Amino acid sequence: MNASTETSYELLEQDGLETSLLEVSMGPHHPSTHGVFRMDVKLDGETVVDLQPVFGYLHRNHEKLAENMSYLANMPFTDRLDYFNSMTNNWAYALAAEQLVEIEIPERAEYLRVIMAELTRLVNHVALVGFFVNDLGALGTPLLYAFREREKILDLFEQASGARMMCNYFRFGGLRCDVTEDWLDECRRVVDRFPAFLDEYEQLLSENEIILSRTQGVGNLSSELAINAGITGPMLRASGVSYDLRKVDQYGIYDRFKFRVPYTDGDVGDCYDRFMIRMLEMRESIKILKQALADIPEGDIIGKAPKVFKPKPAETYGRVEGPKGELGFYLIADGTPKPYRYRVRPPSLINLTVLRDMCIGQKIADTVVILGSIDIVLGEVDR
Amino acid sequence: MTLLGSGIFKGMAVTFRNFVGSYFQRERLPTNDYSWRTEGSLPQHAGDYPKEEGEQLRDTTTVTNYSRNFPMLLHDGGEPAETIRCVACQICERSCPPQCIYIEKSTEKKEDASGKMQFYPATFDIDVSVCMSCQICVEVCPFDAIVMNSQFELSTPNRFGGLLLRRGDLLKSNDYYHKIHPEEAAARDKRIADEKTAKEAKKKAAAEAAKKKAEAKAKAEVEAGEGRSE
Repeated sequence: MNASTETSYELLEQDGLETSLLEVSMGPHHPSTHGVFRMDVKLDGETVVDLQPVFGYLHRNHEKLAENMSYLANMPFTDRLDYFNSMTNNWAYALAAEQLVEIEIPERAEYLRVIMAELTRLVNHVALVGFFVNDLGALGTPLLYAFREREKILDLFEQASGARMMCNYFRFGGLRCDVTEDWLDECRRVVDRFPAFLDEYEQLLSENEIILSRTQGVGNLSSELAINAGITGPMLRASGVSYDLRKVDQYGIYDRFKFRVPYTDGDVGDCYDRFMIRMLEMRESIKILKQALADIPEGDIIGKAPKVFKPKPAETYGRVEGPKGELGFYLIADGTPKPYRYRVRPPSLINLTVLRDMCIGQKIADTVVILGSIDIVLGEVDR
Repeated sequence: MTLLGSGIFKGMAVTFRNFVGSYFQRERLPTNDYSWRTEGSLPQHAGDYPKEEGEQLRDTTTVTNYSRNFPMLLHDGGEPAETIRCVACQICERSCPPQCIYIEKSTEKKEDASGKMQFYPATFDIDVSVCMSCQICVEVCPFDAIVMNSQFELSTPNRFGGLLLRRGDLLKSNDYYHKIHPEEAAARDKRIADEKTAKEAKKKAAAEAAKKKAEAKAKAEVEAGEGRSE
C-alpha cells in the first residue's frame, strides 16, 4: 500500500496541555461533499490521521428495481445514476442490451451517439472544473463561467431530446428521435466557440498561484495504487496510465476518429494533474466532435429492433468510457422480458475507494479538494 | 521566473472583461422581455413562454418542440369522452417505470371515433408527483392515445388531490397536440394514416385473393362436375 498510510502517529504534547484525536463526521449534509456523502475523519489538529468513507445514504435500490421491469423501462432510470451524464449512461446500458439481441445500428445513429457522448464529456468536465475551484474557496465566479458554457450544451440536449438532464435519448438499436439540420448547425456553432472558453478559463485559473499551491503535491496517487484499486477514467490517466476504453474497446465508431488520450508521466498524480487532464480532455473531445459533425450522414436513426425485447438466456457486459471512468452494465437474461440480474459498475464508487490513501497526512481543508478532484456523483456511488 | 502573483492578475483581467461585457453583450443581459404579457394572464403551455403565443420558439433560451412534461390523453375532437382514443389496454400502466398510472377498464363497449366498438377507461389517473416524464408510456402505446403535454404551470395549493390528474384533466384534443408539438403531431398523424391505408390495401388484397380463390374453386368444382358427368 501507499507509504503514507503507514505513518505512525504520535500526539503532540505541550507542557500542561492534554491533546487527543478529534473524530469528525463530515457530511452527509455538507456543502463540499457533492451530494450526500459522509466520511468519518480522525484529526490531529488539522491533519487527517484516518478517514473512512461511509456509503449508502442515497441508496435508491436501482439494481433491484431494474430486475422487476422490462429492459426498456429501465432506460430512464439509468439517467438518474450519474445525473450529469445521462447520455453516456444510456449508451452503456444500450450497448449491454444490444449484445443480447442482434440489432444493426444505423450509421447516423452511431454518429449522433458519439456526438452526444462527447458533448456529455464537455458538460461533465466543465462542471467538474467549476466545482473543483469552488471547493478551493473561489466561490461563485469560476463555477458560474463554467455553468454558462454547460448551459449552452444542455440547451442542445433539450432541443434534441426534450430534457436538459434526464435525456432518456438512447434506444436499443439507435436513438429515440432524430435531430434537425438546424440542430447540427447550432451544435457546430457551440463546438466552434468552445475552445475560446477553454482559453479564457485557463487564463483565469491555470497559472493562479493560489490554485497551484493548494493543489500541487496534494492527494498524490501513484500509478501502481491506481491500477491495483481499479481506478479508471481521467483519474487513472492523471496518475500516468494511458488507458481509455474509446481506444481499447473502440465501441461504437470511435475507431474512425483521430484523437489523442492525454496522460501524465505518472511521477506525481496530484490534484493539479487531475484538474489539467480534464482541461486537455475537453480539447480532444472538441476534435472528435468536429470530425463527427463534419461526416454525419443522412439516414435512419433506429435499427429494426424486435417489438417485444425478450432476449434468449445469456450474459453480457457493456462498458463505455464515461466522463468519470469505465461505466459498465452487467446483464443476465433468462428468456423473460425482465433481466434476471442487473449490475452497474459505477466509476464514481470505485474511484472513491482510494480516498483514504490520498487523504492521510493531508490537512482537513485538502480532503475537500481531493474529494472534488475525484469527481463523484452520489447518485452513482450509492445507486 | 515570472513575478509572483502575476497569475492572479491574469485571472482578474478575465473577470474584469466578463464584468464589463455583462453590461454590453446582448447574450449576457439576463433580463427577458416580458412586456408583451397582458396583466394577469399566465402562459398556458411551454410554447408561450416567455414569448408571444403562436411564435415558434427555436432559439436556445426557450422550450423546444420536443419539450415534455406530463402525459395527456388524446381525443379526436368533439365531446372528449366520446372520441377518446384510449381503449384501456393497460400496457402503459404495466410498463410505467415509477408506476404512476392507474386505469380501470369499462365493463361495456362503446363506439369510438371511427365507429368501432371498443372498451374505454372508466378511470384514468396519473399521479404527476410520481411521474418522471420519461415518455415510456408514449412509446409503448399501440393506439397513439397518450402523448406528452408541455403545460408546466401546474402549481397547486393542494398537495395530494391537486397533483392527481383525472381523466377529465388529461383529455386534450388532437388539435391542441398539433399546436404544442406541430412536427411530432404531423409525423404521428401521417404514420397513422399510412398504417390505415396499408391495412385497407391489405384487407382489399386479402378480399380479392379470397374472391379469386373462391372463383377458382367454383370453377374447379364446375370442371370436376363436368368431368364426372362426361
